[in-house]
Amino acid sequence: MPPAHIELAALRKVYPARGGDVVALDGIDLAVARGAIHGIVGRSGAGKSTLIRCLTVLERPTSGTVTVDGEVLSDLSEARLRSARRRIGMVFQHVNLLDSRTIAANVAYPLEVAGMPRERRAARVAELLELVGLAGRGDAYPAQLSGGQKQRVGIARALATEPAVLLCDEPTSALDSATTRQILGLIRDLRDRLGITVLIITHEMAVVREICDSVSLLEHGRVVETGPVGDVVAVYGSRLARELIPVPELPLDDARSLVEVAYTTDDVATQDVLGAVAALGDGVEIAAGTIETLAGRRVGRLQLDVPAGDVDAALTRLRAAGVHAEVTR
Amino acid sequence: MTWWDDVLADPVIREKVPQATLETLQMVGVASLLTLVLGLPLGVLLHTTSAGGLTPQRAVSAVTGFVVNIGRSLPFVILMIAVLPFTRWVVGTTLGWQAAVVPLTLGAVPFFARLVESALREVSPGKVEAARVMGSTRRKILGSVLVREALPAIVAAATVTVIALVSFSAMAGVIGGGGLGALAISYGYQRFNTPVMIACVVLILVVVQAVQIVGDALTRRLDHR
Ligand SMILES: Nc1ncnc2c1ncn2[C@@H]1O[C@H](COP(=O)(O)OP(=O)(O)OP(=O)(O)O)[C@@H](O)[C@H]1O
Ligand SMILES: [Mg+2]
Repeated sequence: MPPAHIELAALRKVYPARGGDVVALDGIDLAVARGAIHGIVGRSGAGKSTLIRCLTVLERPTSGTVTVDGEVLSDLSEARLRSARRRIGMVFQHVNLLDSRTIAANVAYPLEVAGMPRERRAARVAELLELVGLAGRGDAYPAQLSGGQKQRVGIARALATEPAVLLCDEPTSALDSATTRQILGLIRDLRDRLGITVLIITHEMAVVREICDSVSLLEHGRVVETGPVGDVVAVYGSRLARELIPVPELPLDDARSLVEVAYTTDDVATQDVLGAVAALGDGVEIAAGTIETLAGRRVGRLQLDVPAGDVDAALTRLRAAGVHAEVTR
Repeated sequence: MTWWDDVLADPVIREKVPQATLETLQMVGVASLLTLVLGLPLGVLLHTTSAGGLTPQRAVSAVTGFVVNIGRSLPFVILMIAVLPFTRWVVGTTLGWQAAVVPLTLGAVPFFARLVESALREVSPGKVEAARVMGSTRRKILGSVLVREALPAIVAAATVTVIALVSFSAMAGVIGGGGLGALAISYGYQRFNTPVMIACVVLILVVVQAVQIVGDALTRRLDHR
């Protein structure tokens, strides 16, 4: 594995509060390889935003280290941090463009901060707007753009100082699904062309499925599951596998037992799984199922409706056929 | 036609009204200028030192907040009389429009500062955070993000403040400041010269309207949302 480009080691963040401290991050270890797109998922309050704020050291970690592009950011003084942050581009859920500035002036802002002379800024801004597909829109104001276009401006601005890493905090949560796909496509395209490392925080599994190479699940400030997307989907029964390959929900009032079957075609062909299910006999039915291709792997999950008395026998026979099987209800 | 000629021939209308108008404009003009110059930094200080501000400073915030609140809660008539010694020390006299500028400014600065503070609070913290991630210094964030993004609201606040100053200037006129308010009271109310009173009121109205129109136009020009 190449050396990590973003590395968090034993990262802790505690917010002092009346009636007990809030441990927002509780010992995070995370390594993202150069050029990878890594997703961080987790429920509301899991610590995702805190993690990204610690990564940019907008929030000082309570303990632990943050290393980006070979530099230990968590040790730097505020003044040194200001220049170190130029190697980090950040994209926000609400974009956070300045309404008083034109698109071009928004994209120029980080260049101004970095002290680039005015004559060179205009050329760089034109280049960036071209990169995100907004060439010629520089004179418009943010209010005149659609949500997706605004996020493109946000991305152009984040890339202005040629950062080594791009951090995205819920970049598509405010967008519809078609626009989401466009923005995600753009991010992947930029990674391919510029070789930047991307960390993307999201609560939408669709984002992970669409563009992430690897993913971590955050819960109560800890990384509870992590790995390349192709690997985590093969960890049957894990939360990431279940959420990345969702099966349509079944009505709760159904009294029969459900047996869940999961497999990848690396181990067993779909036809053989269906054959094994058919061999269980007449009383067993497929109630819901998903078969899809993700991160180059074909994976499947089925919910079997099994008469209560036959569950144990069904589990044994399915496992003998080489598939993962467990009772889920 | 005859009553109209009578009104225009009245020496009070011909001489005192134009002079009073000038006094009002000078009084309000200078007080407005001073209020903007002093109130803007004070409002910025109120915001930046507050808990969610750029440089939180509990003690500074508490003290400035307290002083501003005193200025805000004192009725203008009382403030005007209470600061008479200060006015004499600054201007050398307590009479004339120059003297009226002092209480007017003291009364308007806290008012405007609070309005500026709330305009700054309306700027989304996300914009400040984005600027910080881009490596912006606090000074640059203050100027190019906070104040610049709040500018339409600050101009609207300035408009409200200047209009309040016009109305306070009538009161300041009563204790020797001159201006349209004083004229309206001394001729219109005490000497039953109704045309003078009406002329004064109409002129005050014109001034207020003009300020509002200019303020609105400026706000619209600055606001790109
Ligand atoms: N400034 C703060 N002071 C005190 N507690 C905080 C602060 N910021 C976050 N927390 C707490 O830290 C925990 C993690 O919050 P965080 O905002 O990182 O969650 P999140 O995963 O981003 O959630 P969401 O998906 O809702 O944005 C929460 O319990 C939150 O209440
Ligand atoms: Mg969050």
